[in-house]
Amino acid sequence: MARVLVGVKRVIDYAVKIRVKPDKTGVVTEGVKHSMNPFDEIAVEEAIRLREKKQASEVVAVTCGPTQNQETLRTALAMGADRGIHVEVQGKDYESMTPLHVSKILAKLAEQEKADLIILGKQAIDGDCNQTAQMTASILDWAQGTFASEIKLEDSKMTVIREIDGGLETVELKMPAVVSADLRLNEPRYATLPNIMKAKKKKVAKTSPADLGVDMKSSIEVLEVVDPPEREAGIKVESVEQLVGKLKDGGVI
Amino acid sequence: MLLRKVSVLACSHLRVISPKWSLLNQRPSHSLPPLTAGAYNVKRGDFAQITDNDLTHFQSIIGKDHVITDHNDLEMYNMDWMRSVRGQSKLLLKPKTTNEVSQIVKHCNERKLAVCPQGGNTGLVGGSVPVFDEIVLSTQRMNNIILIDPVSGVLVCQAGCILEAANNQLSKHSLMAPLDLGAKGSCHLGGNISTNAGGLRLLRYGSLRGSVLGVEAVLPSGEILDCLSELRKDNTGYDLKQLLIGSEGTLGIVTALAIQCVQKPLSTNLAFLGVESFSNVLSLLRGARRDLGEILSAVEFMDQDCMRLVTTHLDCSNPISSHPFYMLIETSGSNTGHDEEKLSAFLDKIMSSGLAVDGTLATDVGKLQSIWALRERIAEATLREGYNYKYDVSLPTEHMYTMVEESRKRLQDVCLSVFGYGHVGDGNLHLNMTSEKFDPKVLSMIEPFVYEWVSKYKGSVSAEHGMGFKKRQYMGFTKSKSAITLMHRIKELLDPNGIFNPYKTLPDP
Repeated sequence: MARVLVGVKRVIDYAVKIRVKPDKTGVVTEGVKHSMNPFDEIAVEEAIRLREKKQASEVVAVTCGPTQNQETLRTALAMGADRGIHVEVQGKDYESMTPLHVSKILAKLAEQEKADLIILGKQAIDGDCNQTAQMTASILDWAQGTFASEIKLEDSKMTVIREIDGGLETVELKMPAVVSADLRLNEPRYATLPNIMKAKKKKVAKTSPADLGVDMKSSIEVLEVVDPPEREAGIKVESVEQLVGKLKDGGVI
Repeated sequence: MLLRKVSVLACSHLRVISPKWSLLNQRPSHSLPPLTAGAYNVKRGDFAQITDNDLTHFQSIIGKDHVITDHNDLEMYNMDWMRSVRGQSKLLLKPKTTNEVSQIVKHCNERKLAVCPQGGNTGLVGGSVPVFDEIVLSTQRMNNIILIDPVSGVLVCQAGCILEAANNQLSKHSLMAPLDLGAKGSCHLGGNISTNAGGLRLLRYGSLRGSVLGVEAVLPSGEILDCLSELRKDNTGYDLKQLLIGSEGTLGIVTALAIQCVQKPLSTNLAFLGVESFSNVLSLLRGARRDLGEILSAVEFMDQDCMRLVTTHLDCSNPISSHPFYMLIETSGSNTGHDEEKLSAFLDKIMSSGLAVDGTLATDVGKLQSIWALRERIAEATLREGYNYKYDVSLPTEHMYTMVEESRKRLQDVCLSVFGYGHVGDGNLHLNMTSEKFDPKVLSMIEPFVYEWVSKYKGSVSAEHGMGFKKRQYMGFTKSKSAITLMHRIKELLDPNGIFNPYKTLPDP
């Protein structure tokens, strides 16, 4: 049975309206509702299902970030993960953290925890990078199955059905492997109250990038963050004649 | 407190409407309902007919584009949301300003033309649509927000502002309207006021009678009544706006309003619980009030049938396992840590005591909305099952579910479902039955049984939906004869020609 590592990221809730900070250095996060990245919820759900099918022995949830990230870990535990690991990253290090840093951290943890399978969300809804799963696999030199809409684990072989532009692609991976979860992989369960209670007693270990030998120096500097240009309002015309007139004026016809 | 001495059996002043039921059955679910005038026993009042001169006059007030006579364009304005009643109006007017409304109404009064004021047309008792050829006076274009005061939290706007749209503007100032209901995407604030809408958060923010600070309306004479105060406290004479609140467009048309908004909560949590018995539901309500106190913002319940309806007919799914009852307990506050701690302690308590046997907790906006949908979309799901007999009653909380059980015992052989849900925190039950298609025999087994039962426990035959067209004749089950008589006198005083929303709200004298 596989030991599964699942990465969970704390992001601004998808339903919240994003506002850019007046100094253009980023978006407003103070006092804004945060929750687990939706694709990571799908990853956690898939890992738990593997354990319920007795194909995984243990599900370990991992998060990289400041103290508030513990909420995100608790959610994963409430969904059914067995234990959590909080990699503490604060302040400037957190602001400049990129998928490359996270991949190095996850790779180190995978070795330490003797994981056989890493399931991640395909991308985070704030960065939209879609890089962590691929980079992690590369660092570990593991097989990868990205944009998974279905996975099947049999002995040490994994079949992944991937969502690609032309349709669906089926690949076979030799374990150990990294999988990134796409939207249609599953519908995450709600954390039930009995499980939320149980989660309070589950173990959460703390560590840091330094403990894992990962350098948080970044080679990327954010210059500015701005709103996209405002969409101009359209106008309503009163008749077909007016419409034709406007189209002619615009040189369209 | 009802001081009625009249016994239920001696309600001789009541006359039950008997619709021509055969007509109500001749339709498949998505075609047009039969005309109200044909299906119900109601006679057209002695009003004038619209002439070309009237049309020209209206066009000179609001412009040709906003005087609509096309039969197809009028279809949606002639029919209610439930597709249960249909009028025959041939004219729809869409003014933009109070002055235009005043001029229109003055003309209608002089000519004795009947008028049906209409907001978002989301009412559930047929009060917002014409019965015959009343002119539909729509507030659709009157959607300006006049001001939002971020310090006092007062919103002043025209009557045609849609609740959800107003909330979007208010949220920019961290404010929120003091009411919330399933129809929020379509209902107009003017209509909410005219029906004294209740909704999901009455438990926390109170009734519109408390939060509406001022109303501007056009009376049936055409006169503009300016009571558009923005003051929280103003005891200078009779509080006239209270007459307009809840009078369902029969005493005038609300054209603008000032309403006290509340702080938009920084922390919202929703617990969805599985409960084994209604008495546990009531214990949980008491516990929530006691332990969650000032952060409690909504307590709703639904039964097993409701869950079946939303999961079968809509794309909803049950987040927990199956239970006879479900409760939604929502908290709203200014401090996430404080609220979560309080809620966590409460949930620990109820789970260990076994009052709730299952549940889930939503803190994310997305999950909050999906769980609220289970409760807010019951009405929508019900319409897909068959013909829906809908009752909205106020009862002492201990008798709320007994009403459902007794109705079920009586009707289970003739109805597909008999179920209940609603604002258990306010003593307001939404009792519903469905049958495959409309059946007069079924209706005769439901009415007056439901009304008599409610009357026996001194409840209200319409807690929040109002009287409209469909329930007006049952007012006597809850209100005394002297009250109804005075209502008629007020109506005569303000609307001597009876042109405003005739056939609605008040029972026939």
